[in-house]
Amino acid sequence: MHSIWRFLLPVVMVAVIGFGSGLFPSTTMAASGTAEQHSAAINSDGAEHESIAASLPAPKLKRSDYPNIGTSSRAIVWVIAQMHLFFGALVLAVPIFVLVIELIGFKTNDDRYDDMAHEFMKVSLTAYAITALFGGTLALSLFLLYPQFMSYMMQAFGSQVLVYAVLFFLESILLYIYYYGWNALRYGNRKWVHLTLGLLLNGVGTTLLVVANSWSTFMMAPSGIDPATGAVTGSIWEIMKGPLWNPLNLHRFIANIAFGGAVVGAYAAFKFLAARTQAEKAHYDWMGYTSNFIAILAFLPLPFAGYWLMAEIYAYSQQMGILAMGGILAWLFVIQAVLICTILMAGNYYLWTGMARTEGGERYRWFTKYIAVVLVLGFLVWVTPHNVIYTTSEIARLGGGNHPVLGPLGIMPAKNIAVFLMLIVTFLSFQLYRRADKVITVAWQDWGNALMITIYVVAIANVIFAGIYYGYFTNTVYKVGSSVIQVMSTVVVIVSGVVIDTLMFKGAKTLPVFWGKVTDRSQYALFALPIAFTWLMALMGYIRSSVRTHWHVYAVMEDKSPDNFIPPLATVGNMVTGITLLFLVFVLFIFWIANLSGTKQVPPAREGDSTLAEGAQ
Amino acid sequence: MKALVKPLGFCVALILAFGSVTYMLPQIKGEAPKEEEVIVGALTMDSFIAMGEKLYHGKGTCTLCHNKLGRAPDLLTYNVVQVSLEQIADPRYQGKAVDAEGYLLESMLQPSAYVVKGFGKKGTNDRESPMPAVDKPPIQLSEVAIVAIVAYLQKKDGNPVTVALPTAAPEPDKIDETAEAKPALPQNPEEVIAKYGCAACHSIQKTQSVIGPSLNDVGKRLEIDQIRASIIDPKAEIASGFPPIMPEFPAMTITELEMIVQFLAKQTEVQP
Repeated sequence: MHSIWRFLLPVVMVAVIGFGSGLFPSTTMAASGTAEQHSAAINSDGAEHESIAASLPAPKLKRSDYPNIGTSSRAIVWVIAQMHLFFGALVLAVPIFVLVIELIGFKTNDDRYDDMAHEFMKVSLTAYAITALFGGTLALSLFLLYPQFMSYMMQAFGSQVLVYAVLFFLESILLYIYYYGWNALRYGNRKWVHLTLGLLLNGVGTTLLVVANSWSTFMMAPSGIDPATGAVTGSIWEIMKGPLWNPLNLHRFIANIAFGGAVVGAYAAFKFLAARTQAEKAHYDWMGYTSNFIAILAFLPLPFAGYWLMAEIYAYSQQMGILAMGGILAWLFVIQAVLICTILMAGNYYLWTGMARTEGGERYRWFTKYIAVVLVLGFLVWVTPHNVIYTTSEIARLGGGNHPVLGPLGIMPAKNIAVFLMLIVTFLSFQLYRRADKVITVAWQDWGNALMITIYVVAIANVIFAGIYYGYFTNTVYKVGSSVIQVMSTVVVIVSGVVIDTLMFKGAKTLPVFWGKVTDRSQYALFALPIAFTWLMALMGYIRSSVRTHWHVYAVMEDKSPDNFIPPLATVGNMVTGITLLFLVFVLFIFWIANLSGTKQVPPAREGDSTLAEGAQ
Repeated sequence: MKALVKPLGFCVALILAFGSVTYMLPQIKGEAPKEEEVIVGALTMDSFIAMGEKLYHGKGTCTLCHNKLGRAPDLLTYNVVQVSLEQIADPRYQGKAVDAEGYLLESMLQPSAYVVKGFGKKGTNDRESPMPAVDKPPIQLSEVAIVAIVAYLQKKDGNPVTVALPTAAPEPDKIDETAEAKPALPQNPEEVIAKYGCAACHSIQKTQSVIGPSLNDVGKRLEIDQIRASIIDPKAEIASGFPPIMPEFPAMTITELEMIVQFLAKQTEVQP
């Protein structure tokens, strides 16, 4: 009990640090605006706020206010910001699941978990330095290329930025102690100290994440300001706590874990393919399996967090929501479909091939072809666009702007059905994999299985019925209602599946698992996952940012730079492709460094060594 | 090294494959709205209506929601002027407009004045509209642009265009202030009579003119429908002994028409 308190105390400390940022007053710039500007700064409830006297309105920019460096400023910031986000996501996510793995290792007295967690951290540590480098470069680029915008952001966030800097120092200190103190604090009570350090590290890391998120969400849905002028009227807490802040916090927190799991999975796959001994293969196979497990487990609830974020965007500004889901940007969701289906297919394929590790896997192999059919059909529905650009003769032959059969598949209700069915069958793959190495012995196993099958059937029927009925036979307002039923049905399958299996596995006979007994081909699924995740993160980040259209801060500070347009989709594709390739190069560097640190040069032969060797024979 | 080459090739190929999908999509560029200079003096009503149509489909971003997908009523599928009058008469109407022109203007500036059933913000019981005021960010239409959209919405179903052509461009920084400066609509029949200069030809109340028949007893001579018909189409039936010179009033709104018709129907006595 005492040890639990030692473990929980830091949580309270981190919470204090996190909320402490809300106590800082919002720093405002010196009063140099006109009296009209100040008097115009009225709080949203109509009352004048005392801080208005020291607050300036958002600047109205001209094209000449932007430095011309001869190339696109947006492209430069785009690349650097995205790289910073990739590495930031990695270094914040890896310690989260590393802490969980470490705790499992400690509780089970299994050193394999501890070694694996330590190795994951090795990857994260190199990424941390790169994150900081890109973060610094990003800040410099923004101040250089968008000085007025950054001036306004500094006006809004003020001393919160210093809190961020302090947290960054704390994160660095904790990260280094956590990694380098691993072996010194490995056993007994010292392990609790190490776990506490890990918890503190994650607390500070998550606080960093939510602080940085507030900058993004302020740009999308500003709060704590006068909407007419942009003058700061609220406290830093009011500025941070915009309508999109918590949805983005949740979405990024989960997505980071999925992304981090996928990247370290690629590391494991790389090491598996390079392994020379069976023991190495077994270790990295297990490491790859664990990474995939983390990535897919975190990925499954991600659509729900994404749904919440999008619903809040719609609630904040219907125009913004429609631009993302029904305007120019909506076309990019065709690629999102390709990417998510790649993730699901790779994740499923890896689980199916993984069943070869145990003899028990044969029992469930027949399922895979049906799951594959659902995945492929789901993918086809998801990528079907609502309409495409037709020629006049094509429209005449179709008898309208939409294809009579494929048109209905192009709208959200059809896609929702596809997505939720794909998630349900992915969970089925996961469940089958977990059952593959077990022989269930509980007396009620038939009832348990019947209950599980019933839950699957009812959930699938719910998803299809709600999608068709609400999607096609009711008014638009009720279409959203169908998603709630579909989300709940999918969640019920996942939660009840985990609960039923946990109860059924009690006293189950465990079959031997032969780690390393998977094909090399299966490892390519572990490469496909991070590539698709990376492309997806860059794409969705672009969409989230682009819904602001020609606004630096939506409806408050207009973007008058030469880049204030939404580029053609191929340009977006080129940018995202380039950024993902650049990330791949840096990831290879990280893998190489992580590998290098474990490489020891063979000492050169000294004079007399051969004589000694001969004498020893 | 060998272990790295094949996965690396696989990863690069996959990245490029994802990128290639973007080339299969329509290549549309989303330009930021540009402030087009309107030479007010050069505008004709036709070009003004065309400007309204362009704004409706472009900078105004109206079609983002007002389309077939059902996010907002699809204004292009029904007679907006006629429906506006019905909505003014609806007890749920909270605005101040008395005619379709005023209603359409109001609906853009204060969208919550009347929310069509089923299109309100969630949880507001159709009392609050999700539509942003078009004169405010992010849409920020000028007064001229807003009136042009009204002109387009009136004309698209063949209704008379009642809005007046702008006579002077508002100063860019004073758009908000000038948005309220639209000429006031007539509030009573006397103002309608004054607006359309009826007294120039007709005797009405205290004014005397013999160019056209007196209106002081028109309520005794004509049925209400005949009064209405004679204003809508003055040449359909010419009063005996008077020249056919009465003009049509295409800019007269339905509210103005009804106001004056009701007023004239009550004029049954010859004024001294």
